[in-house]
Parts: sequence; C-alpha cells; structure tokens
Amino acid sequence: MSSVRVILPYHLRNLAQVGQEITVQVDGAVTIGSILDAIELAYPVIRGTIREHGTLKRRPFLRFFACAEDVSMEGYDFVLPSEIGDGKEPFMVIGAIAGG
Amino acid sequence: MSGVRVLVGTKKGAFICTSDGHRKDWKIEGPIFGGWEIYHMKGSPIDSNRIYVSQSSGWFGQIIQRSDDGGKTFATPGSTPEDLVSEMGWPQGESNKFVYDGVPGTHLWYDNTPHPWEFKRVWHLEPSLTEPDTVYAGVEDAALFKSTDAGRSWQELSGLRTHNTGKEWQPGAGGMCLHTILIDPMNPERIWVAISAAGCFRTDDGGKTWKPTNKGLISNFMPVPDAEFGHCVHRIASHPSKPDTLYMQKHWDVMRSDDGGDSWREVSGNLPSDFGFPIDVHAHEPETIYVVPILSDSEHFVPEGKLRVYRSKCGGNEWEPLTNGLPQQDCYVNILRDAMAVDRLDDCGIYFGTTSGEVYCSPDGGDHWNPINLHFPGVLSVEVQTLP
Repeated sequence: MSSVRVILPYHLRNLAQVGQEITVQVDGAVTIGSILDAIELAYPVIRGTIREHGTLKRRPFLRFFACAEDVSMEGYDFVLPSEIGDGKEPFMVIGAIAGG
Repeated sequence: MSGVRVLVGTKKGAFICTSDGHRKDWKIEGPIFGGWEIYHMKGSPIDSNRIYVSQSSGWFGQIIQRSDDGGKTFATPGSTPEDLVSEMGWPQGESNKFVYDGVPGTHLWYDNTPHPWEFKRVWHLEPSLTEPDTVYAGVEDAALFKSTDAGRSWQELSGLRTHNTGKEWQPGAGGMCLHTILIDPMNPERIWVAISAAGCFRTDDGGKTWKPTNKGLISNFMPVPDAEFGHCVHRIASHPSKPDTLYMQKHWDVMRSDDGGDSWREVSGNLPSDFGFPIDVHAHEPETIYVVPILSDSEHFVPEGKLRVYRSKCGGNEWEPLTNGLPQQDCYVNILRDAMAVDRLDDCGIYFGTTSGEVYCSPDGGDHWNPINLHFPGVLSVEVQTLP
C-alpha cells in the first residue's frame, strides 16, 4: 500500500472540502489510473469531474503532472516514478489556464 | 407576512435574494459555488426548503447540488457517509452521472454531418409537482433525464432522444440543449419539452413516447420552413389553470397554442421585435404574458438602448411596454431564456436578470420595477419561490 500525495485544482478542493493537498492510499502499482481510482474512492463527489462518467476519458482542460513531467497523454496503466509512490513528490491534477 | 426567495444563477456562482411580501428590501447571499457556472436552480413546489442546482464548468463538467434547508447549505445528493457506500461497498457518488441510455448514436452537426451524442451540461432542472423526490433534468446534447431519488441518480427517458426524428436534430448557436420542461399540473404523465433547435415535443405517457408539437411554426431559415421539427424554440410557458394553453418565444415569433401544442399561431402583434428568449405568464391571470424583445438573432440586445418588458393582457397580439424603473437609454443587455420568473403573491411579482448582471423585480405585475442588484455576474437563470 502506498500513500500518495495529490494536489487538486482549487475548485475540486472546494467541492471535496479538502485543503491544497490530500493523501490517498493506493494498493499495488502506482499508476495514473490507480491514483484516480483512489481519489474517487476517498472523495466520491469528485467522480466524473476529472474523467467523464462512462467513457472515463480525461477532461480535456485537465492535465496530470508527476515529478515535473506532463503525463497527461499516458494511459491509465502508466506506472509513475517511484517518488510518487514514496510520497516524496505529489501527483498533480492541474486545470488549464484559460481566459483573458 | 409571506415573502419570496429569488434564486439567481450566474456565470460565476449562485445568489439567493430574500425579501418580505413588499419586495422592496432585499437580503443577498452568495456567491455560492463561486467561480462555477450556475445554469439553473429551482425549488420544489412541494417542499420550499428543497432546492436543486445545476453547477457546471468547462474544466470539471457537471455537478448537481441540492439543499434541504432553503439554501442555507448544499450538498451533492447522496454524499452523506451512509449514502456513499452501496451494498457492494463501492461509493456511489453518481449524482453527476448523466449517461445516455444504450448506444447514443448520432445527431446532425452544424454542417449536416453525423455527430456523436455527447453529454455537456444540465440546462434546466424541473422538480415534480407531486412527488418530492422526483426531478427532471434537461441536458445538452438534448435529452431528458429523471431522478426519483432526489438527484442521487439519473436515468434517461430515452424515448425522446430515440424518436425517429432524433438523428436529424441539429444544435442551435448555443448548443443542442433541452432547456424547457413543462409538467401538466392536472396530469403528471403529460410533459412538454423544448429543444434548440429541434422544437417542441410532448409526451402523454410519462416520457415513454413523444410526438413533435410544432404545427404552425414557421422558421424561414429552414429548408422547409414549416417542417415537423427543427425549429429553434427558445422557451415555452403556461398557466397552471390552463395547461392546454401554451405560449412560446421562438427564435423569431411569439406563438400561442390552445390545444396542448398540437397547433400554434403567431401572437407577436405590435412587438418592436419578435426575437427574444424568455416568456412567462402572470401567476393569477392566465392571459397575461411577458416577453423581453431583443433586436435580432445577430444583435442580442434590447432595441434602441431601452430595456422594456412587454406585457400582453389578452394572451398576445396586443402588447404594451413596461418601462417604469428600467433604463431607457444606452442599455444593451440581453435576457436569457431561463432568466425570467413570477411569484405567486396576491400582487404577482415579475423578475428577470440580464446578461450584464442586473436583476429586477416588479412587485405589481410589471407596472413598476426596482433593482434587486445591478452588479451580479452575467445572469443565466432566475427562479422565485413564494414562501409561506
């Protein structure tokens, strides 16, 4: 079991009523998919907001970062660097900057 | 003295405005869900403490919120700890799960090519008139969903989307949205919906089967102007005592039906423009109706820089401008389709909100207007609850 630090965007923190950083427990390989599963298990209100219900597609204005790398285009089975599973680095869900 | 609660949905959050029966002094609370688009919020006619909210964002999709204490607190339905664990031990958290029934297939895109049905947001929430836990949701891409557990979960009434015309429906400029849901107060199995730009449809069996109800509509932008479907209906409204009489603000034209939508006739009459979005009916006078004309489909603002609500006391054709208290120069706002409402106090109050963030109230059926607030974010919807 790995304790994974996760940083959520401002509006999802408000929705889940959490602070800037949360910690979720991931069983087995630490992948993008297993972290998202763990987030949605711990905070069901977030289900459907990072990835769509049904298709499970990542919402297009959200990106995933791990160890300063954009891993958004990787599959959900992508195994993340050990620093994420060790809790040394957070897994980051970031909303695209848009507007004017 | 009884009072009112005005529910204002804006581009940047929700606001709740309350007043006593005089409707002169207002208490404004909010923003609630700051930063999110609130397409619609509406109270249950059975339980005034229950309010449903459609909260959405281009980043995070659709959220449904519900209050059971008159707007003091909100939560996503089914999010209490005991709610969240199903018999399988897996959190449910499905209050924002709007998934089309079966294989969605395609409708037509703007260029007439097939386009997959894709859920985008909830435009309108319509609580049942008789069942406290039943609520309907009109969504984009156009479909009707129903919840019988107060918003915890949603099931599509797919007979509408799978109507044999559905594959040929096309979006209007604002998307292909189901924006109006009217429930017959004398027969809850009979429901009308309106879709931009597919038109008006009616079910007589609680949503299993639907028929287009667009006979009499003329839309000159269409290849066949009087087609059975494809009209850009902007909103429909009716009075509870006369459910067979429907009023419609169409892309162009104000229309009226006296046979439950089976046929329509134009009642635009002497309006300065018959283009607009909202239409509503006086709470106690079934033949008194209100519209806010805007200049055209290309210029979405009121004509001549004057904000004028138009009232007909004879069900259409003869209209009078209502201007007392409204800006009559240099005003270039629009009023969106769900941004007008009426209360049910003895002296019927009329409310509307503008794209520039103004919300006005007339406590006397439109004769005089006062601002509730002039500086909200752009207003997407206005609803009002008449409190005991």
